[in-house]
Amino acid sequence: MANAALDPHAAIATTASGVETGRLTTADGKPLARALARSQRRARRRAFLLVLPLLAFILITFVVPIGQMLQRSFYNDGFSANMPEVSAWFARTERGTPPDEEAWTALAADLTASAEARTIGVVGTRINYDLSGSRSLFTSTGRQVRRGIEPPYDRALQEIDEKWADPQLWSTMREASIPVTANFYLAAVDRQRDAEGNIRQVEERQQVYVMLFGRTFWLSAVITALTFVLGFPIAHLLATLPMRRSNLLMILVLLPFWTSLLVRTTSWMVLLQQQGVVNDILVWLGIIGGGQRLQMIYNQTGTIIAMTHILLPFMILPLYSVMRTINPSYVRAARSLGATSWTAFRRIYFPQTLPGLGAGAMLVFILAVGYYITPALVGGASGQLISNMIAMHMTDTLNWSMAAALAAILLAAVLVLYWLYDRLVGVDNLKLG
Amino acid sequence: MLDNRRGDTFVAFEHVQKSYDGQTLVVKDLNLSIAKGEFVTMLGPSGSGKTTCLMMLAGFETATHGEIRLDGRPINQVPPHKRGIGMVFQNYALFPHMTVGENLSFPLEVRGMGKSERESRVKRALDMVQMGSFINRRPAQLSGGQQQRIALARALVFDPELVLMDEPLGALDKQLREHMQFEIKHLHEELGITVVYVTHDQGEALTMSDRIAVFNDGRIQQLAPPAALYEAPENSFVANFIGENNALPGMIEQLQGDKALVRLDGGGVIDATAVNIREVGQRTTVSIRPERVEFKPEMMPQGAHTIEAKVVEVIYMGDILRARLSVAGSDNFVMKMRNTIGQTRLAPGQQIRIGWHPQDARALDPV
Repeated sequence: MANAALDPHAAIATTASGVETGRLTTADGKPLARALARSQRRARRRAFLLVLPLLAFILITFVVPIGQMLQRSFYNDGFSANMPEVSAWFARTERGTPPDEEAWTALAADLTASAEARTIGVVGTRINYDLSGSRSLFTSTGRQVRRGIEPPYDRALQEIDEKWADPQLWSTMREASIPVTANFYLAAVDRQRDAEGNIRQVEERQQVYVMLFGRTFWLSAVITALTFVLGFPIAHLLATLPMRRSNLLMILVLLPFWTSLLVRTTSWMVLLQQQGVVNDILVWLGIIGGGQRLQMIYNQTGTIIAMTHILLPFMILPLYSVMRTINPSYVRAARSLGATSWTAFRRIYFPQTLPGLGAGAMLVFILAVGYYITPALVGGASGQLISNMIAMHMTDTLNWSMAAALAAILLAAVLVLYWLYDRLVGVDNLKLG
Repeated sequence: MLDNRRGDTFVAFEHVQKSYDGQTLVVKDLNLSIAKGEFVTMLGPSGSGKTTCLMMLAGFETATHGEIRLDGRPINQVPPHKRGIGMVFQNYALFPHMTVGENLSFPLEVRGMGKSERESRVKRALDMVQMGSFINRRPAQLSGGQQQRIALARALVFDPELVLMDEPLGALDKQLREHMQFEIKHLHEELGITVVYVTHDQGEALTMSDRIAVFNDGRIQQLAPPAALYEAPENSFVANFIGENNALPGMIEQLQGDKALVRLDGGGVIDATAVNIREVGQRTTVSIRPERVEFKPEMMPQGAHTIEAKVVEVIYMGDILRARLSVAGSDNFVMKMRNTIGQTRLAPGQQIRIGWHPQDARALDPV
């Protein structure tokens, strides 16, 4: 280090690194590390007590319910807990074994017990997830067996409903007899098990989830790109305008942000519908004829427009916070070094905004992937996203396990993207504001 | 009026005015010509217009009125990247996302220079500031002094004839700042470049410059080499701004050529050199440097007027003794004495008579 002599800072750095590291002790011979920990213990305990209420709140209201919900995606004991004997028979026999005398007896006993305990609906619902139309089979059979059932049970049950002989039903029941199952995940990627237990695609007209996942990620990417294109100049303007005018502009950016999501979505419905303001103006200007009014809502276009508008502040704010810290002298330096204003922007300014761009893109993308209300209101059929499907399973079909599996896949995909982002850009470069 | 000691004018400001808001002038009628190879410092308090002048020269601000010429060519309409002026910024402005080497290579790349030529030039520029081994570091990994050197190398790597420096040493500690002053001075001499340097630190200006332009209130108050500026200030602002100064208010009693007799407001008559006063009876402020004040009669010229002074305190400062005196009704008159073996030690409360050579007391405009 020939330069060290010339630079006092460098000189200090070299002497500091020359200190020998060994086990240090306090004056009375205790290890230094332990003495330090002890001296800070009180402060640390107090700090922990201060965050304890929040920690408890999050654990009780957030982590535990979400954990339980995710558990439903691979654990459902709706069948196995209420049908113990037939589940035991399934456990004893090989896959594909046709139901024997023992099996029918177990089934009849379980159905009777379950009907008495009024849990037959739960059992039916569980089987119905994998084989639609089965719920009514279980409930109606339940009503019949409570009135009494005589052996031979195979004949008796098939007399009640001949579907009991269906090998597909027995295969499905065998699957459901084990509470831990990957079937919900298989269904979430349009796969199912056939009677032999092989995984195969569901019928073409029933394949929706993979397409919906694809559409969700594609639309989210489009929306992220649009917010970037629209938000970057605004953020730059905000960061460079004089304080008073930039504050005014900031209020204009934040005002929609503070407005209710529903209000904003419905105002887009007013603006974009076929008899809406935008179409009226286009017709009035003569750009389109009265009979060719554009379909801009209740389809993907509507979802894209409304979500871009709603998510725009999430792109602008991180970009703004990064741009504000970029000293204008960098661009000036580049200009004085001979760069045109475009080169100075491309080589010097833009790279320095990347932490904000990364943060904004992550925020917008992750929010868009899970967006629900806006696509539900303005998306029509072609603008529905996977979150709408999750909501449907939560509220309409009551297949919570399916909803949980879809949500878990979504969560995993977002975490993978986050990991990729960390690998490529580095999360410590993220600047959220 | 303008001093062109080293040949032709290289940079010229002609009647330049600058206003940001259309109401007030930040720069009022600036005339300045700088010769090739000269080191000119713009010195002044903040808000005096010095940085605005530098920014107009660099092309980041446009002159509201007047013309700026570089090597005879008017540059008012030339964008900054075509002026070919190297610039060192106050905060160095090293691009944080590039290594030292990439930072230095940037001006060469935008000029379309080939890779091997770029590499050899970057290496040469880094060696010039003794930073050759830092080529792959990032600016954040460097100390303030090292960043300063890289910024200097980057401003010089494309061989500009004119380099502007905007308070480049402001963020460094005192020791390093003094060291860098010499280094910049040596580079200037070695490369024969023209330097326009902006600072508010008068010590820096005195050490480095060929000429100093003292700015205040949008005007150049005085443009002179360091010694002339310190010893012969032309007005009270310059006298007070450069170095330590005793200011005695009074009125002209006699005027004979440039010899003046001043009656002080607090009593007493002193000799002074008339600088910017014209007539008897005019108010004036007499400026005297503390180290030129004498209290031993044998050190004063024959027949010099002396005035009463009472020692208020004496501060021992090592190389000098600094005495605060009560003179003509004010307690803030400072006298500096060299700490030699035979030096008379004054005590607080002591009554003395002080005087000076008439050319050291300059009768300037009233403050």
